[in-house]
Amino acid sequence: MNNNAVKELLYKMADDALIIGHRNSEWTGIGPMLEEDLAFSSIAQDKIGHALALYTILHDVLGEPHPDQLGFMRKEKDFHCCQYVEQPIGEYDFSLMRQFLFDNAELLRYEALTRSSFEPLAQLARKAKGEIKYHVMHGDTFMKQLGNGSEESQARLQSALNNSWHLALGIFENSEFEKELIQEGIFTGEEELKRKWLEKITPTLEAANLKLPATEENKIVYGGRKGSHSEFLTPLLNEMTEVVRTDIDAEW
Amino acid sequence: MAEVKNISEEEVWSALENVKDPEIPVISIVEMGMITGVELTSTSKCVVTMTPTFVGCPAIGMMKKDIAEQMTKLGFEEVEVRVDLATSWTSDRMQPEAKRKLEKFGLAPPPSLLADEELSEEVLNRVRCPHCGSTDTTLRSSFGSTLCRAIRFCFHCKQGFEQFKPVQ
Ligand SMILES: [Zn+2]
Repeated sequence: MNNNAVKELLYKMADDALIIGHRNSEWTGIGPMLEEDLAFSSIAQDKIGHALALYTILHDVLGEPHPDQLGFMRKEKDFHCCQYVEQPIGEYDFSLMRQFLFDNAELLRYEALTRSSFEPLAQLARKAKGEIKYHVMHGDTFMKQLGNGSEESQARLQSALNNSWHLALGIFENSEFEKELIQEGIFTGEEELKRKWLEKITPTLEAANLKLPATEENKIVYGGRKGSHSEFLTPLLNEMTEVVRTDIDAEW
Repeated sequence: MAEVKNISEEEVWSALENVKDPEIPVISIVEMGMITGVELTSTSKCVVTMTPTFVGCPAIGMMKKDIAEQMTKLGFEEVEVRVDLATSWTSDRMQPEAKRKLEKFGLAPPPSLLADEELSEEVLNRVRCPHCGSTDTTLRSSFGSTLCRAIRFCFHCKQGFEQFKPVQ
């Protein structure tokens, strides 16, 4: 098995989960209503759980540093999250759209990974996908409700979708190991994932009265997977490591 | 030196009945279906494997500690508690008795999922109010006070209640 290919895959998944988890948790206490407060907090907790499980595989199976080290002690350039998850929470419509777009991709990724030839990841995927289904159900439900709600809610979602589109497509930035991952049956690859994702979200967006923006290849926000990030990641990492810096033994 | 006592597997299982998920204090982790294996590797060592209900369950550490404590109390000198991801916890692992206890506790038990059934609001709706037994209820939020709960409202007794979420 190509260890570097697997590591690259695990790092980007774990970093996505950790960063989006922290972003989602920023809604705790300020959600537009109690149910949404709970939803974003619960989703955040699941994501951080998945990040920890992925870092644990990196540590236990592939000999990478301890999960706490990976989560809190790395430099910005060592993170492989896509730039989409780094973006500030913005207005609720932006966060909701991100929850919908990102989690649909996440569920399809984990579903594909349940058949991974890398067994530790396949095991985790089988378990985590049941949780992510709830995240997807949340996003899908709210798209349909708000997209068919008032004129304002529809317009806000459409503009959130337009503003998110080229960021979201950055989720599928190819790694240098696509061929190895596919050949060795580790993962079906980013292109296949993107195809399935488009197939999955298109009918939901249509049912939500939303129009898929036109894709302009040169506008897709890539770079995150290779360690090149937006100006928003470093402040977030500083905030996350504040606890560790205050109390090195704090549990998370 | 203290005499080595032979501890049976039955004794281990029954001691594990004393360990509860702190988020659901009425049923044991055995009834929850969270224990996936017990292995007595020698007269003085035992290995317990468990699978968490949710990957990010914050109570895992606490339950591991409680399990180790129970095993030490039984007389084991060495205890290992492993978290098992090979076996996925699904809500169908819950024993029928556990579902009854949940309902009495005021938490609606998870509906069973058919083998190839997709999770949907419809599945969650197969539930009755733990207060009055009515099936005239609605989903308020698929996320509740803990990862494993959803929030519902009963039109019949006009009360809110929580539902243990089905997990595939
Ligand atoms: Zn009722």
